[in-house]
Amino acid sequence: MSKNRSAGDGPAIEARGLVKVYGKHRALDGIDLTVRRGQVFGFLGPNGAGKTTAIRILATLARPDGGVARVLGFDVVSERNAVRARVAVTGQFASLDDDLTGYENLIILGRLRGLSRAAARQRADELLAAFDLTAAAGRPVAGYSGGMRRRLDIGASLIVTPDLLFLDEPTTGMDPRSQIQVWELVRRIAAAGTTVLLTTQYLEEGDQLAEQIAVIDGGRIVAQGTSAQLKARVGSGTLHVRLLDGQQRSRAQAILARTLEAPVCLGADPLALSVLLATPSYPADTGRMVGHAMTQLSAARVAVAEVTLGQPSLQEAFLALTGHPASPSAPSYEDTNQ
Amino acid sequence: MSAPTITTSRAIPEAHPSGGLLAAASEPSGRAGALAASATFGWRAILKIKHDPKQLTDVIAIPVVFTVLFTYIFGGALGGTPGRYLTALLPGTLVMGINACTMYGGARLAADVTTGVSDRFRSLPVWRGAHVVGSLLGDAGRYLLAAGIVVTLGVAIGYRPDGGAPGVIAAVTLVIAFGLALSWLFATIALLVRNPTTVMSLGLAITMPLTFASNIFVQPRTMPGWLRAFVGINPTSQLADAARDLMNNTSGGAGPVAWSLITIVAITLVFGLLTLHLYNRQA
Repeated sequence: MSKNRSAGDGPAIEARGLVKVYGKHRALDGIDLTVRRGQVFGFLGPNGAGKTTAIRILATLARPDGGVARVLGFDVVSERNAVRARVAVTGQFASLDDDLTGYENLIILGRLRGLSRAAARQRADELLAAFDLTAAAGRPVAGYSGGMRRRLDIGASLIVTPDLLFLDEPTTGMDPRSQIQVWELVRRIAAAGTTVLLTTQYLEEGDQLAEQIAVIDGGRIVAQGTSAQLKARVGSGTLHVRLLDGQQRSRAQAILARTLEAPVCLGADPLALSVLLATPSYPADTGRMVGHAMTQLSAARVAVAEVTLGQPSLQEAFLALTGHPASPSAPSYEDTNQ
Repeated sequence: MSAPTITTSRAIPEAHPSGGLLAAASEPSGRAGALAASATFGWRAILKIKHDPKQLTDVIAIPVVFTVLFTYIFGGALGGTPGRYLTALLPGTLVMGINACTMYGGARLAADVTTGVSDRFRSLPVWRGAHVVGSLLGDAGRYLLAAGIVVTLGVAIGYRPDGGAPGVIAAVTLVIAFGLALSWLFATIALLVRNPTTVMSLGLAITMPLTFASNIFVQPRTMPGWLRAFVGINPTSQLADAARDLMNNTSGGAGPVAWSLITIVAITLVFGLLTLHLYNRQA
């Protein structure tokens, strides 16, 4: 197999009809996907949607039960070694060796990537310095914080610069500062020409990093587009209303549903309501509609403590795109036309 | 470089365009050969022992305790004198010491699978068997240590092998080869049950009968018939006899040595292939 990138003009990832079945569960139920070279592509979806399964197949860790996928021009089943030589995987499932030090982890992976002893040491030192881990290099990874761990994890994927980097939920469970660090890293990796496929549960992460986002749910891609396109499909935003008196909530709910012509969500907070607004023909209409709704509330003597108009959250985006909440803990929308 | 300062929210120093983040562009995306990769995994297994030396407690304690206890408590009664009993016992405790630590490599492998470390290895362009072979190299290190301790202890308390150094080396090699065959068995179990604790419990359940229902401590003359039958077919009995023949230079014929070699090759082939198949297939 040639080392040159003769297959290098096509897309970084091209998948058609990918299916993966575990027992009776269809983890992937026919996924079509095209990722351009140099792109940062995001898979957005809740736990169990099939994001990780898709990455496992594309990174040659699992075989598809149906469909075909080519990564950097190579088939993920029949040419898996060519794929493996060009990709790196970082994530929830492909983890580090807890008993070993950060330095030892990098040396082992460097040696397995075919570096000489000296080159592996030098690369480990470079990466530890670049990821601000030099001071922790000699400590077992088990004692690292979540942020340090993830930095080392990403560093381990860059021992040899991959053409394609898979990042499985790179910031799940991280504090905001570490999250920003990782985002910055991903941007720099992408700027150097590596294609990045990342999965995330956070709409904001997709928004921050990915040029193209595929929303995945129940093993299918339910929507795809740029962040702006998806938001347009989700709606222009969400109106959050807090009342002074919880007794008035059902009255407020009826008024909002009627004036805004959209489903009204009752939050866990007995004073809160939220409305996912449809995208109006003219952007200015959103403000007019909200103003009208507020006037109606006030005319009905419903006392409002707080009103905010915000971007749709992942939960709301999911509801709009899939017709059901992203997770069981999501607020339930009730039928207001009883 | 001086001590790193963690003052900015940026992980990457800005001085160099890629700040060491990305490898030099000319670097080829390489792969290690099967041998080099296996050696790297072997080094990893040794490093894991180095970082957690208490896992060697059983490796050292079991053969020492059993050799000393059996020699001085039962030795006189079973062999006439402790010294004469030791001649028959020591090759047996060599077998026992190695049997007792055959499940560690498997347990480590199961841990690698459950924590996801193996997925990272499997995503690399190296021979997939290297991970398992490397863990066996770590096992071989443990076996060599256990064997060294048993032999040194034996000589210290008065064991004099008639087979001399060549006999001892041959016996140790044979016993380690048997240990490695069992390592493959436990690697197979590890990939089937995928739980380090279960591998350890199954390990005890398998190695205890292999060790005690054998001729390591006593000849089976006084045992009931059903047990005698098991002791007869127990590969550990054959192996202990083979080790006795080699170390004590007693000519029990080539029988025990030949049988042991056949057993070793058979177990290694069956479970070696099964392990590699399972490792490649796991997904």
